Amino acid sequence: MIDRIASLGHSGVDFIISFGHAGRFLAGVLSGVPRPATGFPLLMKQLYSVGVLSLAIIVVSGLFIGMVLGLQGYTILSDFGSEAAIGQMIALTLVRELGPVVTALLFAGRAGSALTAEIGLMKATEQLSSMEMMGVDPLRRVIAPRLWAGFIAMPVLAIIFSVVGIWGGMLVGVEWLGVFEGSYWGNMQASVDFWDDVINGVIKSVAFGFVCAWIAVYQGYDCVPTSAGISSATTKTVVYSSLAVLGLDFVLTAVMFGNF
Amino acid sequence: MGLSSYISLKDVVFSRSGRRIFNGVSAEIPRGKITAIMGPSGSGKTTLLRLIGGQLRQDSGSILVDGHSISELRRKELYKFREKMGMLFQSGALFTDLSVYENVAFPMRVHTKLPEDMIHDIVLMKLEAVGLRGARKLMPSELSGGMNRRVALARSIALDPELIMYDEPFAGQDPIGMGVLVKLIRDLNSSMGLTSVLVSHDVKESLSICHYACIIADGKVIGTGTPAELQDHPSEQVQQFLNGHPDGPVPFHYPSSAASEDFGLSGGVS
Repeated sequence: MIDRIASLGHSGVDFIISFGHAGRFLAGVLSGVPRPATGFPLLMKQLYSVGVLSLAIIVVSGLFIGMVLGLQGYTILSDFGSEAAIGQMIALTLVRELGPVVTALLFAGRAGSALTAEIGLMKATEQLSSMEMMGVDPLRRVIAPRLWAGFIAMPVLAIIFSVVGIWGGMLVGVEWLGVFEGSYWGNMQASVDFWDDVINGVIKSVAFGFVCAWIAVYQGYDCVPTSAGISSATTKTVVYSSLAVLGLDFVLTAVMFGNF
Repeated sequence: MGLSSYISLKDVVFSRSGRRIFNGVSAEIPRGKITAIMGPSGSGKTTLLRLIGGQLRQDSGSILVDGHSISELRRKELYKFREKMGMLFQSGALFTDLSVYENVAFPMRVHTKLPEDMIHDIVLMKLEAVGLRGARKLMPSELSGGMNRRVALARSIALDPELIMYDEPFAGQDPIGMGVLVKLIRDLNSSMGLTSVLVSHDVKESLSICHYACIIADGKVIGTGTPAELQDHPSEQVQQFLNGHPDGPVPFHYPSSAASEDFGLSGGVS
């Protein structure tokens, strides 16, 4: 029993130490003024890699989730004769919750794992060390553009996810199940508040983007430089990011929408 | 050694993961010469290069490179100082997303504001020096192990460094590749006046090109001098390493309990 408690204590201490290392790593990445001439092309390259190349999975997922919401929403609301409110339901669900959260989970699976594996492999093949020995700081050259790219791409992807989802909901609700189009858009327009709903959703996705990108680059940079180490780091990126997103979502929702 | 030292190590102590790697290493590496650091696997040769390059910090003692105490430089100063160093990694460590040309051009693009046509000419000159001008459009994945290391060598001399460190340059090379690297290391040292530090356990090749050698084992320097001096070194451990004797101060058998115990012979083994 005592051993178990001691083991739990060790795990807690390890977690705090690891969190401290990650914080110091983040400070190292963010310190210093970025040089636009060299930093901007690197950022654009990473934005393409983590943002543009994630578009396909985001659009397809957004479309299907919107369509499923349309189907489920219509089934439930029609029992109360309120199927005209389907647009409102889909929009609020996507903009407030599913857009930021599902985008972050997909991002962690697609872009986050790729970032970790790429950085981990650069470490294992001594590319990061060779960069250091050439007088180039890998934190600035390799890590910072990837971190900023994740941070910038996430809200954009979440907005695209929500827009496509709303359009998918309309395809099912309006085009297939026959809800009046004016009701679909009108109720949505009347009930979705730009500041309370849209901006809060964007703030959530910015927070998720920051956390997911931070976890991904840190796990890659800190991994044991072997094939097993990279594999473990990639898994940790997906698991930690998913848990962090879901936990953070609860906290942010409580702060933004909880009427205590 | 009678020559001005470019690198001076004094009583360097370094431990990692609770294990003492160096226990008071002192050595002088002369300017403009090739110095081989040799020793058995796991003796900390690569670690010594990383200490000289400032990638690791010693627990105590001092490491002076060109008169600068590496461990006392600030991060920014250290990165600036490294522009005077080149390092050839065992794996080559080429950037896999860049072509051969771009790999060699990388240090110039980052550290200089040279116009593109001048970078082009310098890159081709460096690749010509290692015999790979014709391979400039290839990607690292298309290169053999030896070519990979030669491109990495061209990249490490791109900024005309004062010091170049070679980490196991001959490991895994066929005889031709090894001969090419031996020639390149010797030629670069004489033509550019570089201070070269060569870490290797390939005794024959290393002694054939180095001016001085330093043998490390058990966390300290066990022998130092010119290749000829080392051949006559009185230390049994040095002679065992240089001549590859299977048994000696470094025993053939891993430490174990008495054989009679393991074999269950109460009367002992005759």
